[in-house]
Amino acid sequence: MNRFDWVNANSVDQALASVTDESSFKAGGVDLLDLMKDGIASPSRLVNIRQISGLDQISEDDKGLRIGPLVTLTQIEEHPAVQKTYAALSEAASRIATPQIRNMATVGGNLVQRPRCWYFRSEDFHCRKKGGTHCFAQDGENDYHAIFDNRVCAIIHPSGIAVPLVAMNGRAEITAKKGKREVALEEFFTSPTHDVHRENILEPGELITAIVVPASEARTAYYKQGEKESFDWPIADVAVSLAMQGSRCSKASIVLGGAAPYPYRAKAAEAKLNNSEITEDSARAAADAAMANATPLEKNAYKIPIFEAIVRRTILRAAGMKAEGVAA
Amino acid sequence: MSEKLPPGSDSSPSQDKQKHGTTRRTFLKSAGIVSASVAGAEMLTGVPRAEGQEQAGAVGPGKVALKLRVNGEVRTVNVEPRTTLAEALRDELHLTGTKVVCDRGSCSACTVMLDKTPVCSCMTLAVDVGDRNVTTIEGLAHGEDLHPIQAAFIEHDALQCGFCTSGMVISCASLLERNPKPSADDVRTAISGNICRCATYPRVLEAVVAASQGKGA
Ligand SMILES: Cc1cc2nc3c(=O)[nH]c(=O)nc-3n(C[C@H](O)[C@H](O)[C@H](O)COP(=O)(O)OP(=O)(O)OC[C@H]3O[C@@H](n4cnc5c(N)ncnc54)[C@H](O)[C@@H]3O)c2cc1C
Ligand code: FES
Ligand code: FES
Repeated sequence: MNRFDWVNANSVDQALASVTDESSFKAGGVDLLDLMKDGIASPSRLVNIRQISGLDQISEDDKGLRIGPLVTLTQIEEHPAVQKTYAALSEAASRIATPQIRNMATVGGNLVQRPRCWYFRSEDFHCRKKGGTHCFAQDGENDYHAIFDNRVCAIIHPSGIAVPLVAMNGRAEITAKKGKREVALEEFFTSPTHDVHRENILEPGELITAIVVPASEARTAYYKQGEKESFDWPIADVAVSLAMQGSRCSKASIVLGGAAPYPYRAKAAEAKLNNSEITEDSARAAADAAMANATPLEKNAYKIPIFEAIVRRTILRAAGMKAEGVAA
Repeated sequence: MSEKLPPGSDSSPSQDKQKHGTTRRTFLKSAGIVSASVAGAEMLTGVPRAEGQEQAGAVGPGKVALKLRVNGEVRTVNVEPRTTLAEALRDELHLTGTKVVCDRGSCSACTVMLDKTPVCSCMTLAVDVGDRNVTTIEGLAHGEDLHPIQAAFIEHDALQCGFCTSGMVISCASLLERNPKPSADDVRTAISGNICRCATYPRVLEAVVAASQGKGA
């Protein structure tokens, strides 16, 4: 790890004033230390935002949920109002990493963490994302890479908390020296075709100062398929939000993780459910539609049947139904 | 998919040296210099905290004198901001009960408690501990009196090589602090990040359940 100097910021203003071109904000520090230990990032200064007071709270009112960027994944997992009304969010938080990491990792840091693609994370591969000319995943070990929008750079977006947050129409409040703006998380994350060197619209020196989730009557569910039962990165995960009118779905929102370089909104699947009854058949049709345009690489087509199964089951679970062939 | 490396990028020891910029030997050497040059370190009382709206004061990249509350005592270490808590505990305070295995947050061998919360000391910077109380494996027993979890681990033979054990014991002790009567699933979740290559999990489960029922030893 490179040497750096260290600033403890007490306020957002102080954090914004202390950051230089060569510095990084540090929240939980989990991703930053990972990148620095691997020689992928080498900031000359860390501006510690972890102790800024007031940014580590979750509040709920009739407009929705406001989550401070320093709220840890454990706080989200254990928060009674989140568990009750925003089920997919607490389910997703509870499945990320290990209890120790969830105690350290913050929501803001989780959204802004860099991809886990092993070529990106290895100093030995100067890939496109790091300024090189080649995406080594295209004809390399691409088992865990994207099955959509994967031609320029085949990363999958690593954030597990982004998947339900995008499905719930979450927004990020972003603060810079020049003021505040609010952006839908769906627009926050960007495609490598837009700019391969980044995964979101955040400019240097900008801080996420809140995540806002609008209140909704929608029923939500989340599912993560890993390679093993205990902690692991997902191979595929999905969040489903269904606004219901009686037994009909008035608006579906389906977001896939582990599928694309950003949380992937499966619009074709949503279209199959909007204004329809939720049944085993409509859920199956939606799941098939979600995968219809996938462009898998040589070694990751196995993800398609996994997604078909978990999308179908998670739609049914969000609707309060039991999927065929699955224990309750 | 944690812990998988791309082809041809196995971390051989020689690569490790280049990657992390310092070998264990050079680290120990420079740690040796510390004791001789304490006066050169920036002296701080507790953790640096700047006030006001403008730029906060910076410390480092050289050594910073930090006060750490470890196992009920206030200890001073002189470390660079890049020093992890695990390094400060092991190399500066010689509390080598805390083990470092992956150094990346993915095995939990290095687990310590910050106040009552288990965290990875390998992914925590010493400079970021502040006034939180650090509890390591050395801090669980009171003299000859073992912590109930330690006694239960012995009674239930819940360790083999022992390399994961300090982290495992801290995870379990922290669980009992927060939840004195955990279910078997609570225990499974609490140790779900603690990797044990010797597969002691069933015995660990037995030990924690016994300790929670006051039948540790
Ligand atoms: C073993 C292991 C397994 C893991 N498994 C998963 C998993 O399954 N799913 C998953 O989603 N993640 C997983 N992770 C990743 C982990 O969740 C992230 O590293 C963590 O959430 C990052 O949060 P942090 O607060 O530590 O961020 P930091 O490391 O502090 O920051 C990360 C980045 O975000 C920036 N940043 C932080 N806060 C803000 C803010 N408020 N505004 C603007 N920029 C900000 C920082 O400048 C930095 O660039 C795993 C990690 C480990 C070690
Ligand atoms: S050594 Fe810290 S988690 Fe493995
Ligand atoms: S006892 Fe050997 S690794 Fe757990």
